[in-house]
Amino acid sequence: MTGAVVASKRSVRWRPVLRHGLLIAAAFCMLYPLLWMIGSSFKPESLIFSEPGALPTSLDLSNYFDGWRALRVSFTTFYKNSFVVAGLAVIGNLLACSLTAFAFARLEFRLKWMWFALMLGTLMLPYHVTLVPQYILFLKLGWVNTFLPLVVPKFLAVDAFFIFLMVQFFRGIPREIDEAAIMDGCGPWRIYWRIMLPLSTPVLATAAIFSFIWTYDDFLGPLIYLNDMRTWTVPLALRAFEDSSGGGSLYGELFAMSALSLVPVFAVFLAFQRLIIRGVALGALKR
Amino acid sequence: MATTTHEAALVGRRLVAAPDFGERIARSWRRNRAGYLFLTPWLIGFFGLTVGPTIASLYLSFTDYDLLTPARWSGLKNYEYAFFRDTRLHQALSVTFHYVLWSVPLRLTVALALAMALDRAVRGVAFYRATFYLPSLLGASVAIAVLWRQIFGGSGLINQLMELTLGYSGPSWVTHPSYALWTLIILAVWQFGSPMIIFLAGLRQIPQDLYEASEMDGAGPLRQFFRITLPLLAPVIFFNLVLQTIEAFKAFTQAFIVSGGTGGPVDSTMFYTLYLYLEAFANFRMGYASALAWLLLIIIGTFTAIAFLTSRYWVYYEDEGR
Repeated sequence: MTGAVVASKRSVRWRPVLRHGLLIAAAFCMLYPLLWMIGSSFKPESLIFSEPGALPTSLDLSNYFDGWRALRVSFTTFYKNSFVVAGLAVIGNLLACSLTAFAFARLEFRLKWMWFALMLGTLMLPYHVTLVPQYILFLKLGWVNTFLPLVVPKFLAVDAFFIFLMVQFFRGIPREIDEAAIMDGCGPWRIYWRIMLPLSTPVLATAAIFSFIWTYDDFLGPLIYLNDMRTWTVPLALRAFEDSSGGGSLYGELFAMSALSLVPVFAVFLAFQRLIIRGVALGALKR
Repeated sequence: MATTTHEAALVGRRLVAAPDFGERIARSWRRNRAGYLFLTPWLIGFFGLTVGPTIASLYLSFTDYDLLTPARWSGLKNYEYAFFRDTRLHQALSVTFHYVLWSVPLRLTVALALAMALDRAVRGVAFYRATFYLPSLLGASVAIAVLWRQIFGGSGLINQLMELTLGYSGPSWVTHPSYALWTLIILAVWQFGSPMIIFLAGLRQIPQDLYEASEMDGAGPLRQFFRITLPLLAPVIFFNLVLQTIEAFKAFTQAFIVSGGTGGPVDSTMFYTLYLYLEAFANFRMGYASALAWLLLIIIGTFTAIAFLTSRYWVYYEDEGR
C-alpha cells in the first residue's frame, strides 16, 4: 500500500510516509497477540484454533458469562479481592512513603543521613532475601489466607522506591513556602498535610498509579499467602483456570477472562498516559 | 525557625549553669521529635520487615528448616550442596544466564532502534510511543503469560500462521525442551517499551547541531550513529543495561505460568527464582531456599559491581572534567 502511494506521488516527501508505514506495521505486529486474544474471546471453542484472524465473525458473549462462573467461586469475588488489596496498597504507600519522604526532605534530626543511606540501600536488596523469613513471620502471626501480608508492609513504607521519588519531588518545592508557614505558626504536621501534600499531586498520582498496577498484577505474593480460593485475587484465578482448562475445551472462557483482567490496567493507562510515560522516562520505573 | 528561638533561650541559660542530664535529653527530644515521629512507620518496616528478615535469612541459610520442626544448624552444608551437588540448581543457573544474556541485549537493541525511528518521526510520536509501551505495562500480568502459552501452543497462533504461509506447522513450542525458553525470551523482547521511552528521552538531550555539523563534514548516518549517538547515549544505555539485567535475573511470573509452575519441559524454563520458590514453598526446604536467596544476592551484586567498575571505560558523562 505504502509502495503504491510513494510511486504515484513521486514527491520528495516519501521518506516520512515510508517511515510511518513501517511504524504502523510494527505497531500492528506488536498488538496482534492482544487483538487475537480479544477476538478469540468472542469465538466459539471450535474456531479459536482453526482460524488465525483476529476479527470474530459473530459477537458471542457466552465465553464471558460462562467464564465468570467457571470456577467454584465466581470472578465477582476475585475482582473484589483484587481491588481491596490494590486499593489498600495504594493508600498505604501514599501515606507511609510520603510521611517518610517528608521527614527526609524537610525535617532535621540526628542520624538523618545514615537513615537515608540505609533507605537507599534497601532499594538494592532483592526481595528474595526477605521472602522466606517474612513468610515465616506472617505464618506465625496467623496472617496466611488474609490480605494482611500483602497490605500491612505498604503501610510500613517498604517500597523504598516511592520514598525516593517523593523525596526528589519534595526537595523541588521552594523552602520559602514552608518557612512562611512556620512564621504563621504551623507545625510540621500541618506543613506536611496542608502544604506539601496538596502541592505534590503529580508525584502522589504517579506513586498511586504504579502501586495500583504492581499490586493488581502481583502474582508471587498472593500465590504464597492466599491458599483459600475465596481469598484469591484475579491472577491466581486465571492461573487455576489455565490449569483446569489443560485438556478440556475452556479456551474461549480462558481468553475471555484473561482479556477482561487486563481492562483495569488498560483503563488506568488510557486515563493517565502522560503521567505514566513521564514516570518511565525519568528512569523511575522498571517496566 | 521555631527551634532557633528555643535554642537561643537554651544557649542563654547554659551560660548560667550547665544543663543537667534530664534537660539534655528533653532538648534532644524536642529537636528530633518531629523527624522520628514522621519516620516511625518506615523504621518499624525497616527493622521488622527488612533488617530482621535479612539477618534471619542469613541464619536460616546455615540450617535445615521445614517449618514443622525447629531449625537445625547444619553449617555450610546448604552452600556445599548448592555448589557441588545440586545439578538442578546448575540447570537453573544455566537457564537464567541464557535468558539474561539473550533477552537483555535483544530487548535493548529493539528499544534503541525504535526510539531512533520515533525520534526522527515528528508527527504521531505520542501515539506510537503509547502503542509500543503498552505491552511493557501489561506484560507482567498473568493474563499475558497465559496468552503466550496459547500463542506458542501446539495449535496456537504461531502454528496457525505457519500453516497458512508455509504449509506446515511447527511443534508445540512451549512444551518443546529446545524452544520453550525462547518463547520466554521473545516475550521479554516484546516488552521493550520502557527502555525505549528512556532511550527516547536520552536522544532528545543530544544537541541537534552536532548532527548538522558532522553532516557538513561529510559524515554518513552510520558514522553519526557510532561517533555521536552511541557515545552521547552511553550513560542512558548503561542505566538501562543495569536495570534490565537485574529485572531479568528476578523474572518469575512468566516462567511459572508458561511452564505450568514446573519449570518444564525437562527443566528447560527453570528460572532461578522459580527454583527458589519451589524449594521454599513446594518442598519446604526453607533453609536451602534462604541459601539460594543469598547466592542470588551475590550474583546480582557481582554483576552490578562489574558493570559499575567497567563503566568508566565506556561510559562518558557530559559534565566530566568540567
